[in-house]
Amino acid sequence: MARFIIRRLLGMLLVLFAVSVIVFAIFNVIPNGAPENRMAGKQSTPQQIEAIRREWGFDQSVLTQYVKTMEKLLTGKNFISYNQQRPVYDELKAGLPRTVSLAIGAAILWLVAGVALGVYSALRAGSKADFAINVLAIIGISVPVFWLGALVNHYLGYKLGWFPNGGYVPISEGGLWEWAYHLFMPWTVLSILFIGVYSRVLRSTILDTLDEDFVRTARAKGLSERRVVTHHVLRTSLAPIVTLWGLDFALVVTGGAILTETVFDIQGIGSYYADSVGQLDVPPVMAVTMLGAVVIVVVNTLVDIAYAALDPRVRLS
Amino acid sequence: MAIVALAAGAPLYAEHVANTTPERNNLTGKIVVDGETRDVVSLDGIPVGPTWQREYLLGADANGRDVAVRLLYAARNSLFIGLTAALITTLLGIALGLLAGYYRGATDWVISRAMDVLWAVPVLLLGVALGVALTLGGLKIGPLEIRGGSLWIPALIIGVVSVVYLARPLRGEVLRLREQEFVEAARAQGASGPRIMVSEILPNILTTVLVFFPLLVANAVLLEAALSFLGAGVQEPAPSWGLMIGSGIKVLITQPALTIAPGVMLVLSVLSLNVVGEAVREAINPRARVRLEQ
Repeated sequence: MARFIIRRLLGMLLVLFAVSVIVFAIFNVIPNGAPENRMAGKQSTPQQIEAIRREWGFDQSVLTQYVKTMEKLLTGKNFISYNQQRPVYDELKAGLPRTVSLAIGAAILWLVAGVALGVYSALRAGSKADFAINVLAIIGISVPVFWLGALVNHYLGYKLGWFPNGGYVPISEGGLWEWAYHLFMPWTVLSILFIGVYSRVLRSTILDTLDEDFVRTARAKGLSERRVVTHHVLRTSLAPIVTLWGLDFALVVTGGAILTETVFDIQGIGSYYADSVGQLDVPPVMAVTMLGAVVIVVVNTLVDIAYAALDPRVRLS
Repeated sequence: MAIVALAAGAPLYAEHVANTTPERNNLTGKIVVDGETRDVVSLDGIPVGPTWQREYLLGADANGRDVAVRLLYAARNSLFIGLTAALITTLLGIALGLLAGYYRGATDWVISRAMDVLWAVPVLLLGVALGVALTLGGLKIGPLEIRGGSLWIPALIIGVVSVVYLARPLRGEVLRLREQEFVEAARAQGASGPRIMVSEILPNILTTVLVFFPLLVANAVLLEAALSFLGAGVQEPAPSWGLMIGSGIKVLITQPALTIAPGVMLVLSVLSLNVVGEAVREAINPRARVRLEQ
């Protein structure tokens, strides 16, 4: 077991290293990517540009630049964005509560709704309600979130005035109610896709589980149908959903909800990423991608280790 | 099906009915609506709304371009990118899945770690980064050169970042197949590795590929729209639904049609692809799944 864990952890570091190299390379092999020209502005002399090159180390080799950037990224010292020239980690800290607020509400909503719909449609498989849920789920995964978000924001927010028109109010300023009131539309829009995915995944898992031997045994023991479903079927079927939920939550927290954040003007990590990437601002882009990669890889590794601890067959492969 | 027909008919409609092209600006023109002459784009920059007649059926955008014509041409671009990306994913996925699953060992290790790397970065973040970088610089691989604004760039990006979806399940399947008797029989006859992969294993994984294909196209169309919306996909003046929604949102208050129309087209095409995918999946393999991210 110890060897398995060590091997997984080493693999994890390797993957993170590769991600950092790739992201850095993307922005250093493109022509016209030279940041010093944009930083110096339109009316700049060659001397000014040269001074910026020297000051920021753009005159050094790509390898040195990579090492320097990683050093700053890991220590957080002097890790400053090219365009706004502000410390990257300060910006991330400012965006984090916004993004986490968005993620928490949406994740709870999509888990509860996804599980409820999935369980209901699986237990009523073949019925009209099941069919209707399936149709809604397919529609849910086919609707682009930025389009739905823009329309909802316009009609429910601007036209009808039921909800505030995007934006974010911290709990410390507006209290719990204002915070949730502002986030209600983004939460709903963001969770629609996930509700569609989760209800369908859960439905098929439950239908598979119902065919298992241990369910038949439980029924044969004379347990009530209710007890069979809650204690035997749901317990086993929910495991993959919870894994998926952890990953998706991590994804949204680390900037994966770029589109929702942009449309509703949340100004979280996703918006920060979108703005920075548009200006080819390498430090923030590196920071957000690495943050995302670390969270995803750590969650994945923990899941693998947990599975291996529970099921010895996994360790062999 | 209907969307494909519409996309194919786009040039006919543009030339004979609407009398314009998808990229022709018309800032100063006038049209007659209900016997009343109106500016295509008014002096304060508000474009004309849906006219429900031959020219400017669904109105104009801020550059005075015919929205209906652009919608149809965008359908072609979306379908081109969706299909090309899905084909790239399929070819790469099959190749990587076969190599990793059949040779195992070091080959498998390298390919699986590469897939881990792709898996570790949210698809949208990677797509946006690549999109912005390649659009600015274009791409040069040996004799092959792709210009910055080319549709091939989003197609290539989406095709590559989606490879994990297909390569992982295929690898698992190949691992299982290579232990089967018919593969062993071929090996005993002295068939070479590549030969076994192509003529023995490949036909057996094609059903899985078939199940994934419509879902991959649906996902690619949606991802293209998202990238274009964020400015990292199809570039102006080429039409794209995502791009049209992006510019439509800015005038949502005066001209909601500019946002609603491309979105409806997008939802309908992705929905029909998902329904086709669902039907194929039900018929062949109920377990295949493409992970969606937005």
